[in-house]
Amino acid sequence: MLFDDYTVRTVALGAAGLGIVSGALGTFAVLRRQALVGDAVSHAALPGIVLAYLVTGSKASLGLLLGAAITGFLAVLLVTAVIRTTRVKADAALGLWLASFFGVGLVLLTFVQRRPDASQAGLDRFLFGQAATVLREDVWTIAIVGAIALSVLALAWKQMKLLAFDPDFGTALGLRMRLADVLLTGLLVVATVIGLQMVGAVLMSAMLIAPTAAARQWSDRLGRVTLLAGLFGAVAGVVGAVASSRAERLPTGPTIVLAVAAIVLLSFLFAPTRGIAMRWLRARSRRGRLALNAVLESVGELEQQHGSGSRGHAAETIGALIAGDPRVALEQLARRGLVARTPDGLWTLTVRGREELDRR
Amino acid sequence: MTSGQLEIQAIAVVTAAACALVGMFLVLRRTSLLSDAIGHSVLVGIVLAFFVTGTTTSPLLLVAAAATGVVTVALVDLVVRTRLVREDAAIGLVFPTLFSIGVILVSRYADGVHLDTDAVLLGELAFAPFDRLVIGDFDLGPTSLVVMSVVLVVVLLAVALIWKELALTTFDPALALALGFAPTLVNYVLMSLVSVTTVGAFNAVGSILVVALMIAPGATAYLLTDSMKMMAALSVAIGVGCAIGGYWLSYAVDASIAGCMAAMCGAAFAVVWALGPRRGLLTAARRRARQKLEFAETMLAIHLAHHEALPEAAVENRVANLNHHLGWSDQVVAQVVRSAENRGLVVQRDGMLALTETGRALAGEALVR
Repeated sequence: MLFDDYTVRTVALGAAGLGIVSGALGTFAVLRRQALVGDAVSHAALPGIVLAYLVTGSKASLGLLLGAAITGFLAVLLVTAVIRTTRVKADAALGLWLASFFGVGLVLLTFVQRRPDASQAGLDRFLFGQAATVLREDVWTIAIVGAIALSVLALAWKQMKLLAFDPDFGTALGLRMRLADVLLTGLLVVATVIGLQMVGAVLMSAMLIAPTAAARQWSDRLGRVTLLAGLFGAVAGVVGAVASSRAERLPTGPTIVLAVAAIVLLSFLFAPTRGIAMRWLRARSRRGRLALNAVLESVGELEQQHGSGSRGHAAETIGALIAGDPRVALEQLARRGLVARTPDGLWTLTVRGREELDRR
Repeated sequence: MTSGQLEIQAIAVVTAAACALVGMFLVLRRTSLLSDAIGHSVLVGIVLAFFVTGTTTSPLLLVAAAATGVVTVALVDLVVRTRLVREDAAIGLVFPTLFSIGVILVSRYADGVHLDTDAVLLGELAFAPFDRLVIGDFDLGPTSLVVMSVVLVVVLLAVALIWKELALTTFDPALALALGFAPTLVNYVLMSLVSVTTVGAFNAVGSILVVALMIAPGATAYLLTDSMKMMAALSVAIGVGCAIGGYWLSYAVDASIAGCMAAMCGAAFAVVWALGPRRGLLTAARRRARQKLEFAETMLAIHLAHHEALPEAAVENRVANLNHHLGWSDQVVAQVVRSAENRGLVVQRDGMLALTETGRALAGEALVR
């Protein structure tokens, strides 16, 4: 069986855990229009990881995670400070610090690579993730760190909700919104850095954004969107991990991202009420209903003009009134018993059709 | 300086100038992160063009990559127009997906050939002089230098040509539309320029750091000036400065050139942010402190004017009592009195303060206002 394979099971579990955490926390980033914060955090994590390695000399994932979290958090603080104190807007502030931090990380990395004990694979792994090297300890790290992050989210749910929709109201209620803001940023940083090993820096932003973008289409309630986003993230993680293990040379991170992109596409198309297909169908049925009404009213109008003695009217005459071909609509109206066809091919209102028109 | 060093700096300068010039508009139009998106998604274009041509040197690769950049922008536009998600989320959906497709294509079908994703993402300026453009027997110089010079000329010409349109659509798209300037068309012209520049530059600095060269100079210049022409000049100057500074920094510490250039860009912004004239953090803090002191001096003048020539003046206008009457700490009192004396608002005699003519005038004026 699929999950009997130890590696696949480990990777799938890790990806599922990551999907839940990043999906649920990403909801708040997307709702607060900070969708690309994850992108900045993941790139800004590079100098932290390298520094942690330079300081500790070990590749233990917890130390590297801590380093990543510190510089990632620092970058977000700088972004917020720039937005607050200058006229530079969020997009430029993000791009600016993202790339500068990454540049510093690259510089530090050249120092590491000069050390005789260093392996060269570090950067690749950081950029694209290397899910195949995920160990049982890493899954535990994801599970424990993720569980803590989600518990904090659950405990501070009310504050987070206000933060997402109406922070000013929260302040007016006497809640400490600045603190909540910092807390949420911290949670986002945590969600981002635990994903680095799995999907890598470049693709991590998708893991925060895509599950929410999909979940948002299915519900208007924050709780449900958060749960669904976690679920979508987990499903994409498992599907991606398993698919990449089944096929040769199918890297895990990009496969997970494609899986979640597929969920987004399906949601965009087929979600009830918001989905594109549903909107199109609704628009069509609305157009159809309007057309039926127009035809029915035309028949009524013609009969009124010609008095009760008329033997009915030709489809062409009715068509001239609505500037279109009424035959399909007439057939449909006939099936509902609102109009009837006389033996010589003319159309008349039935009693029910007359009642229907009178009721308006 | 060896000729290799000179050539590397020439490439860096030309690249930085082109990036800064187009990037400035991204900063003003609040679409900076499209450069990030384009930088990542060009990978797909390069891979697909590689499948068609079978080489990694064909100029078609550049064209295909640039086209992918425009397609990326169009896709983001398309997603935004469904109104299902907002623009930032749309960007974050489109480019990771395209990038994933690119990575998967590379690892499945282009393994082993020289098309590693690292080279696309990070570039390597140090090797650029070895790749030379030779036509016949004539050495035209490093390929990246030639390519980026052409890109720079194109960008300069295009920006000069549609300067007015760019300005109008950037600051008032609705008016531009009403006047018949087709903001969408202008936007796509700009995005084509961004794509071409990104693609040309990724050889030199890689697609992640190209974001630094595009955004940082523009954002820094934005803190310094209110004029668009000045901003263009400053952006290019800052970009070029960072490129050269970054090169020598990398020479000094023996580290990645591109990384040092990006770090320089960040540092340049940080310096202007902190110390810049008018809008710098320090300048603003100083201004606030000065205004606070001036306000306190006015308060003091009003207090003195209120009580002078009245019996209670002996108590109220005594320096030692001001802390109580104005609610200031002794330190503040000392500072304000000293500063007011220096400005010639008050004179001190035997622990008593008296207003000068200037001081009385200030108090009167402040009360009238």
